[in-house]
Amino acid sequence: MKNKFVKWLSLPYAFWSLAFIIIPLVMVFYFGLTDKTGKFTFANILSISLPVHFKSLLIALLLSFISTVICLLLSYPLAMILSSLNSKNNKLMILIFVLPMWMNFLLRTLAWQTLLENEGVINTILRTIHLPALKIINTPYAIVFGMIYNFLPFMVLPIYNVLCKIDKNLLNAARDLGANEVQTFLKVTLPLSVPGIISGITMVFVPALTTFVISDLLGGSKILLIGNVIEQEFTLNSNWHLGSGLSIVLMLFIIISMIITAIFDKDGEGSAL
Amino acid sequence: MANVLKKIYIALIFIFLYAPMLVLIVLSFNKSKSRAKWGGFTFKWYTQLLSDSSIMEALVTTLLLAVLSALISTFIGTIAAIAITSLKKGTRTLMMGITNIPMLNAEIVTGISLMLLFIFFNVKFGFTTILLAHITFNIPYVILSVMPRIKQLNPSAYEAAMDLGASPFKAFFKVVFPDILPGVFSGLLMAFTMSIDDFIITHFTKGAGVDTLSTKIYSQVRKGIDPKMYALSSLIFVTVLVLLILINILPGSGKKAKEK
Amino acid sequence: MSNKLITLENISKSYDNHLVLDEMNLYIRENEFVTLLGPSGCGKTTTLRIIGGFENPDTGRVVFDGKDITKLPAYKRQLNTVFQKYALFTHMNIAENIAFGLKIKNKSKSYIDDKIKYALKLVNLEGYENRMPDSLSGGQQQRIAIARAIVNEPKVLLLDEPLGALDLKLRQDMQYELIRLKNELGITFIYVTHDQEEALTMSDTIVVMNQGYIQQIGTPEMIYNEPENAFVADFIGDSNIIDSIMIRDELVEILGAKFACVDTGFGENVHVDVVIRPEDIELVSPEEGTISGEVTSLIFKGVHYEMDVMANGFEWLVHSTKMFPVGEKVGIKVDPFNIQIMNKPASEDEEAVQIEE
Repeated sequence: MKNKFVKWLSLPYAFWSLAFIIIPLVMVFYFGLTDKTGKFTFANILSISLPVHFKSLLIALLLSFISTVICLLLSYPLAMILSSLNSKNNKLMILIFVLPMWMNFLLRTLAWQTLLENEGVINTILRTIHLPALKIINTPYAIVFGMIYNFLPFMVLPIYNVLCKIDKNLLNAARDLGANEVQTFLKVTLPLSVPGIISGITMVFVPALTTFVISDLLGGSKILLIGNVIEQEFTLNSNWHLGSGLSIVLMLFIIISMIITAIFDKDGEGSAL
Repeated sequence: MANVLKKIYIALIFIFLYAPMLVLIVLSFNKSKSRAKWGGFTFKWYTQLLSDSSIMEALVTTLLLAVLSALISTFIGTIAAIAITSLKKGTRTLMMGITNIPMLNAEIVTGISLMLLFIFFNVKFGFTTILLAHITFNIPYVILSVMPRIKQLNPSAYEAAMDLGASPFKAFFKVVFPDILPGVFSGLLMAFTMSIDDFIITHFTKGAGVDTLSTKIYSQVRKGIDPKMYALSSLIFVTVLVLLILINILPGSGKKAKEK
Repeated sequence: MSNKLITLENISKSYDNHLVLDEMNLYIRENEFVTLLGPSGCGKTTTLRIIGGFENPDTGRVVFDGKDITKLPAYKRQLNTVFQKYALFTHMNIAENIAFGLKIKNKSKSYIDDKIKYALKLVNLEGYENRMPDSLSGGQQQRIAIARAIVNEPKVLLLDEPLGALDLKLRQDMQYELIRLKNELGITFIYVTHDQEEALTMSDTIVVMNQGYIQQIGTPEMIYNEPENAFVADFIGDSNIIDSIMIRDELVEILGAKFACVDTGFGENVHVDVVIRPEDIELVSPEEGTISGEVTSLIFKGVHYEMDVMANGFEWLVHSTKMFPVGEKVGIKVDPFNIQIMNKPASEDEEAVQIEE
């Protein structure tokens, strides 16, 4: 199929991605590096050092980091259990994890308000069994909770996929060579699942770092993440230049996180043992 | 013992994932408009649903967007996937790199970048801008689900078809296309789902007059969610659930019965 | 011969109500090259996995060196396995793969380095320490899998169809390699294959299995020349298996003609199966033959011609260096020593022949 005609067929998509992926990104840089009069400036980007902005970035980094770690800790055992099930149950199990995504994401997150509220369902249950009530709603904990809830499947599925692909004979080979269950896990299963962990981490960390909806819905608009600041600049203040400048900073962090994971991935594949 | 622990763990995660679903379904039968209070059982939100024109309008917009963007992005994406595989390595890597941008980049950045594009070129915000945005973030999903299928193709099948007298065009539709069809179909389905579920990018590319279900819900967050939304979401959820059960479980159990 | 190293006693195993092994008894001597041979699904791989500790038998015992190891987990057994499709750790280089078992046992670095060198030399892959498994050919990966197993100095090496994924030429080379390795190492090899030629080339002892039962145990010569039942005869090499009647000792009626043979003790006028290897049939002129027929097909095979001869309603497969064109009338003659008489199976089922060595 490698004929000339087929190659030309890539042109429509090339144009599309130029118009709707590349040029829009150029726009972000254009707006981010100019002021309202169109003059070149670094002021928009440097405004990240303002205490309000800087604090929002730090909180976002902290909360998304915590959520990613908890997601990983919850997902790995889960993915292991799922991958050890026989294939008949398997499809059903995966379905169960994807199905909630079919309920509107805003409503699902809002439902946690009802559950977490001071007089909410969870606290009512806790009180009836004489346990202290939780004060979670409108705190950073609630935001972390929401992040974990929304992004958990993104961590489970890639790890599950790599675990399923691991040849069972490799585990047998490790046992055959004298490794017990723990050694087999540490020396074979874990290193082989690194690519899944890496893609899970990126798939959780980036949306968590940049969210404005979860903090909006569960943080009670008291806690601003960098995403909230950018969103407000665009929709409330209509200051596209400032919003773009902060977005450039945000993209910088996304790129940094990707480079870190890429390095980790290389290490994981290269010299583990 | 270990098995019991495993089951408990799965059950806890299951509760974690499905507790909000249960809350929403319960709320859809709640007489009281407040999320926090149970005011008694009612069907009224369901019965009033059809006559609420603004919700119905948002539903139609959402579905129309999903169908159109899924079809168009599947069309463009499938052709692109075939064309990209035939490119030289350098160009191919470049194209795949660009394709990955919307998937790896933060949704908020994709959203505002498209918003800036439309502002810069003075495009009027409305249904068209949302549609363009949805097609844009859907194409990569289509490409990534079609691509592996193309790579698995047996190149001699296409050549054999031509050897047996089929024109290149016919050879493609008779031999190649049926092989990549599952990839095309799952791409279409994924695009449809992503479009329906999207809030962030729609939020930045919609005009004042247009609303999808997501943006409508978001606008109601401060003043309180219209309980009819709970009713509608529960209906959608149950519909999908039933469909999935029909597709995935029934054929399987039928086979099992035959074996025995 | 030396003493018994491994004994399987009354081993049974079933999956989902399907019986894979039925009351199997087998012993394997020290320093023996034993091949478990049979079609897929005959239970040979299950037997190997039970010895290796990857499966638990439903009933029965596995005794290793006088000790019951039935319940011992795989990682505590003094034997190592070369897996089908090699099962090399793709995230480790060759040296790390080979060192895996030694590192688990906390051997010193210098010991491990020496062992890696020694093992790579043994499998003719010196200098491959830092390569990754993916960059090696199938044959090379196979050698690494063997090296990885033998550095642990197992008493027994289990090999699960290790040559199955290689092409013909490489497979033949590896067969000689394996025989050489076995002699150099002086340990027991238990080898699983469905390839009868592989089994005949390499083994000291062949265990022919079918449907969970042992059909025959013996040296390659015994298995080939004196198959004990039609299954073994059919599975090992090409053969003519003909429903016949044993008239009396040393005389058998095949397709209505009387042939002299050397077997005795079957009784008189008993239905038996007769096995005649295609290379043991002599084609002569119609008058000279015990029975006569017509050549129906002729293929040149290099060393010999392969011919089908239709005689007395049976299509005889004949290998001969002499060529007879299609349509020629020929006579069939067989030396009495080359007529192998076998008892009929007791039932229509693929029966279990109780065999004691």
